Amino acid sequence: MSSRRARSRQSTSSSRITDEQINDLVSKLQAVLPEARIRGAERVSAAKVLQETCNYIRSLHREVDDLSERLSELLATTEASSAQAAIIRSLLK
Amino acid sequence: MMACHFLRALFRIQQTSTSSSSSGRSRRIRRAAYASMAYSAGTRRAWSRALLRKLRSRARLRFPRRLSRAATPQRRDMDQAQVLRKLVPGGPSMDDCKLLEETADYIRCLTTQVRLMQTVMDSISS
Repeated sequence: MSSRRARSRQSTSSSRITDEQINDLVSKLQAVLPEARIRGAERVSAAKVLQETCNYIRSLHREVDDLSERLSELLATTEASSAQAAIIRSLLK
Repeated sequence: MMACHFLRALFRIQQTSTSSSSSGRSRRIRRAAYASMAYSAGTRRAWSRALLRKLRSRARLRFPRRLSRAATPQRRDMDQAQVLRKLVPGGPSMDDCKLLEETADYIRCLTTQVRLMQTVMDSISS
């Protein structure tokens, strides 16, 4: 059990999340977003970070859907043994 | 490790692919993608626990696609957090703090999975 989780649990029990905690988490979230979505290094509002986060997650979900379809087509058209060899190759990368 | 689980699933899907329809196959691959994400995070994360529950109950894996209605620039923080809660597995039961933590981890995992799928695609098509 990390100390970070203990801290947030403590804040939950008192049901008082400080602005500082939120800002800290928002900036951590901002760090995970690709740079193109948040222009420059200037501080953006929490609302903007959340909005970009939602957009980013939706685009990632779409990518998973798209890649699943393309992989499905590839597996159908590629001969079984060569596909399996390629799959093993990517495992070893 | 995420890659092992996903690749093993792809093997199985490949072997049984002749009989199943193409949309069924892509649905299975998609499911395998989310399963490998959930297994890699295990029970350490609320989002992965929620995802594992969904997978085990064999419920359909759906995420909201539409942008929220009235997407005006002046949406309050609270509304965006609600939108985010619908996108992250297990979101509805998280407070704001937990939601932000879990979201960062969920995004990291998603991007890793996407990269893995792209690598597999490149390997097979080369």
